[in-house]
Amino acid sequence: MDSIILQILNGLDKGSAYALIALGLTLIFGTLGVVNFAHGALFMIGAFCAVTLNRILTLSHQVIDNTRTDFLGNPLKVDIPYIYDFFGENIGRAIIDWSVPLSILFAIPIMIAIGVIMERGLIRHFYHRPHADQILVTFGLAIVLQEVIKFYYGANPIPSPAPEAFKGSFDFGALVGFDPNTIIYPYWRLVYFCFSLIVIGAIFAFLQFTTFGMVVRAGMADRETVGLLGIDIDRRFTIMFGIAAAVTGLAGVMYVPINPPNYHMGMDFLVLSFVVVVVGGMGSLSGAVLAGFMLGILESFASMREVIDLLPGINQIIIYLVAIIILLTRPRGLMGRRGVMED
Amino acid sequence: MFKLNKKDLRTLIIVILLALFAPFLLNPFPTDSALAQFNAGYPDLMQRFVIFGIFAVGFNILFGLTGYLSFGHAAFLGAGSYAAIWMMKLLTMNIIPAIIISVIVAGIFSLFVGWISLRRSGIYFSILTLAFSMMSYQLAYSVLTPITGGETGLQPKVNDPRLLDGALAEGAIPKANLFGLDMSQSYDMSLGAWSFTFNSGYYIAAAFLILSFYLSIRIFRSPFGMMLRAVKSNQQRMTYTGLDPKPYTLAAFVISGMYAGLAGGLLVAMDTQAGAERMFWTASGEVVLMTILGGVGTLIGPVLGSGAIKYMENIISKINSDILHTWFAFLPDGLENVIVAIIYPFIGKGWHLTLGLLFMIVVIALPGGLVEGAQRLSRLFKKGKNKSNENE
Repeated sequence: MDSIILQILNGLDKGSAYALIALGLTLIFGTLGVVNFAHGALFMIGAFCAVTLNRILTLSHQVIDNTRTDFLGNPLKVDIPYIYDFFGENIGRAIIDWSVPLSILFAIPIMIAIGVIMERGLIRHFYHRPHADQILVTFGLAIVLQEVIKFYYGANPIPSPAPEAFKGSFDFGALVGFDPNTIIYPYWRLVYFCFSLIVIGAIFAFLQFTTFGMVVRAGMADRETVGLLGIDIDRRFTIMFGIAAAVTGLAGVMYVPINPPNYHMGMDFLVLSFVVVVVGGMGSLSGAVLAGFMLGILESFASMREVIDLLPGINQIIIYLVAIIILLTRPRGLMGRRGVMED
Repeated sequence: MFKLNKKDLRTLIIVILLALFAPFLLNPFPTDSALAQFNAGYPDLMQRFVIFGIFAVGFNILFGLTGYLSFGHAAFLGAGSYAAIWMMKLLTMNIIPAIIISVIVAGIFSLFVGWISLRRSGIYFSILTLAFSMMSYQLAYSVLTPITGGETGLQPKVNDPRLLDGALAEGAIPKANLFGLDMSQSYDMSLGAWSFTFNSGYYIAAAFLILSFYLSIRIFRSPFGMMLRAVKSNQQRMTYTGLDPKPYTLAAFVISGMYAGLAGGLLVAMDTQAGAERMFWTASGEVVLMTILGGVGTLIGPVLGSGAIKYMENIISKINSDILHTWFAFLPDGLENVIVAIIYPFIGKGWHLTLGLLFMIVVIALPGGLVEGAQRLSRLFKKGKNKSNENE
């Protein structure tokens, strides 16, 4: 029993990432009908927003500290981040420590801007082209974005730690009445899970309870009619593209402490997120979220020792296997709408 | 001739000439000149040109004719490679059985994958093929290590049981051959400042390219090819006329899978090793790029596209900042540095950036690829000519 709970917990953080990325992908697909292969790159850019903010915060100048000496006996040069000068050392230290959560604020405007530029600059010209063309041009864009990041940040993963308060693990089992030390769970993964729930909830609430969201939903159902009613649906869809980019970027920002970002992390997640979207059903937001968590948890169950002994290699392929089975038995995916991409 | 009409025969002859004279065409610069680094006429690269040409020609039969975009063809290439290397380990270092088996294995594998994937179409088909190829890749890396060699891959070893060849002398390196003709055997010819290399492996691969190109022309012009086009243009109408599109699409899928297997077998024949990275999905993406860049659904497009991409991959990635500095040395120093700094991200390790940009430009501005570009140019040229005639 405890190992089952442990696996579910382990699956939750990966599942949260899948769910967020797939949610963004579905928002884009559902609103604009565009198959966006550059979506993984947005996730990666989000992660590098966190890295960038960290670098900006730790910009420092050198100060000679006469009280200490280095091994040659010369006065020691100490790097003092500018932020210490502005806010004092204690607050400055805390700000740098919390740079990853702070990056959320930094990433949202950047990601929205990137999304809007992408939509206005490139993707709007591809609405009426075949899906194959959309796949290909966004695939090219993904390569370009990935290479640009590689050029500026190098090819190696850049470790960016979580705030001190969330480092380490806690005994989840003891909280809910299991033996101590059976279910240990890192704090940050729990934070990531809660964060993803908040973002997903916010998106659904936004679509459900605001006038803007209502118009967008109407546009998703029947774009033409909404246009005929005199509503500028294109502009709203552009904003939705920005929001979708922001959701994906935030997934990347918060994923940084779990997995040090490198330039090809986007491509690694791209394939998986498409599989998630297809399993959930093209164009279904709740399907994407559900499938994300489901596949994340399934993946972690498949990597249990007992399962691997029974079916060697299953942990590597379980997601693809599930995708194949779902596509063949339920072609529309778990919660896909009728008539979406059924050509 | 060869049951081809005049135009197709001309295309075939162009490809044959290109293949035969590639060692000359790809080495246009004297060996010692500064431009020698643009020479691509060395055996390893020429072999890659033709092998990936075969791969792209096969992919075009599926994507160009039926419109089904497969993102998993690298799996068949990888399967073909593994099959070929096992033939070399078990039977003989002669490449003929290796290539035959690689085509057969890839055919059977693609029959299985295609039979399942073709139940869906559009993006679902792409995802299904992608899922299959990623599964093969992951399995080849992990569980199937006894068969695939895992991360290290496979190479023929001296003490493999090779039933037909018999035991090799101690210390001898098993070399791929065609009835004794070594694949790496080359004949160097120098003409003045130029030197040209004629490699036996290249010409064998080129023979396969010509053969598969001829086959693809025949498929394009056959009633079967018409059926495949019907699948692309309107499946519903095809069904209403009482035809079942599935067997035709499946046949196209298997044929293109066999082409991929042939390419995989040839890769092993030229360079006797196989690894799982050949099955990674970016490798499938690469063949899509080649086909698109050359021109989807055209005959000669894939050959040109694969040539262009492999050329850039090898040549652009070799250029470094020193070479750039020598090129722009004639400029004032400040300007030179600025220009080098601008170009630098696009060359050397950054050639993927160039590839991505080029790819976007082609899809945005020239959906028909290089072939369409050439057609537009020639039309423009003709128009200009006509106008000047009218003026006279």
